[in-house]
Amino acid sequence: MKELLMIAIGSALVNNVVLSQFLGICPFLGVSKKVETAAGMGGAVIFVITLASFVTSAIDKLLLIPLHMTYLQTIVFILVIACLVQFVEMFLKKSIPSLYQALGVYLPLITTNCAVLGVALTNATKEYNILTSTVNGCAVACGFTISIILLAGIREKLEYNDISPALKGSPIVLVTAGLMAIAFCGFSGII
Amino acid sequence: MNSAGERLYNGIVKENPTFVMMLGMCPTLAVTTSAVNGLGMGLTTMVILALSNMMISMLRKIIPDDVRVPAFIVVVASFVTIVQFLLQAYIPSLNASLGLYIPLIVVNCIILGRAEAYASKNPVMPSLFDGIGMGLGFTVGLTSIGIVRELIGSGKIFGAHILPASYEPVSIFVMAPGAFFVLALLTGLQNKVKINLANKGKDVSKIQSGCNADCASCAAKCGNAKE
Repeated sequence: MKELLMIAIGSALVNNVVLSQFLGICPFLGVSKKVETAAGMGGAVIFVITLASFVTSAIDKLLLIPLHMTYLQTIVFILVIACLVQFVEMFLKKSIPSLYQALGVYLPLITTNCAVLGVALTNATKEYNILTSTVNGCAVACGFTISIILLAGIREKLEYNDISPALKGSPIVLVTAGLMAIAFCGFSGII
Repeated sequence: MNSAGERLYNGIVKENPTFVMMLGMCPTLAVTTSAVNGLGMGLTTMVILALSNMMISMLRKIIPDDVRVPAFIVVVASFVTIVQFLLQAYIPSLNASLGLYIPLIVVNCIILGRAEAYASKNPVMPSLFDGIGMGLGFTVGLTSIGIVRELIGSGKIFGAHILPASYEPVSIFVMAPGAFFVLALLTGLQNKVKINLANKGKDVSKIQSGCNADCASCAAKCGNAKE
């Protein structure tokens, strides 16, 4: 239990997926204009990454390793993730329309989010078992959600500031992200 | 060979993936802690891009339109796996320092972007040179960002001391936050150039601003293709 907690805190805060690993930069910069949409994206990412970590880890442990086919990891994982996202989208559309309404627009964007594949590969290289992989995936996604919501909050305030025209748009967002990354460096003392 | 030269020029200068199109930002930020890493990542991506462009161009009449994106992903993922094993065998030090970011080349939007925009519509040779040109452009981008970060962050270039010993390295530039600051400056400069050009009444629509627009359109394309 203690080990799981350490992994969760380590993945969510210390090695934050966006601010220190640089995975999922595109949605981080692209969908962080408003807190509401950032939270929607975060929710969708938590859902997909947790599920994808579980499925890829299960495939890895039960299929690829016993058959000595771990060299197929990258190919299998990316296909599984792409199919999973499509499947989740169709499933939500049919059975839980309210959740689909909230997350629907973000789901296709997640296929191109390299954090999903990144987490699956990290789980495989660190040889986490299925439970640990799922917890790690959920923690990484929570870390993503925390940072994207924080950034969205700051960007909402930035709207009212007087910024030099050349720095408007993505440059000032990147400076903000850099300052957040410095703040997150402070967590490295925890573990 | 005229068209080959034109493709190379297009990739390195006119549509430089890092400085003009702003594609593939994740590896750009993550691996440019030193010039060597930037160069290694750029060349690795170039090899994969050239090979996958060539293969996709060969298969362009066989792959049905409806499943083209998954098919492209399989082709790219196969080449990534091959290159990853070659690096593990022959350049283990580069493999260790790039680590996770080598398999993540699969989801680099430059590669799928070129497959979709160029290789799936053009013959083999131009596609190959398109891949080499884009890859070289990416290499130039990564290496120059790596040089700047290494110089400021540790006073070295390619591991050789350049600045005098009295220079106190600003180590934040080789850490995670430095990547964001360097990219912020870069996009700021790009905006500045764009504003100046616009004031002179020139067309600036070819220069993209930031990754967000590209990724959204890229993802939308992928989504449409699968439905």
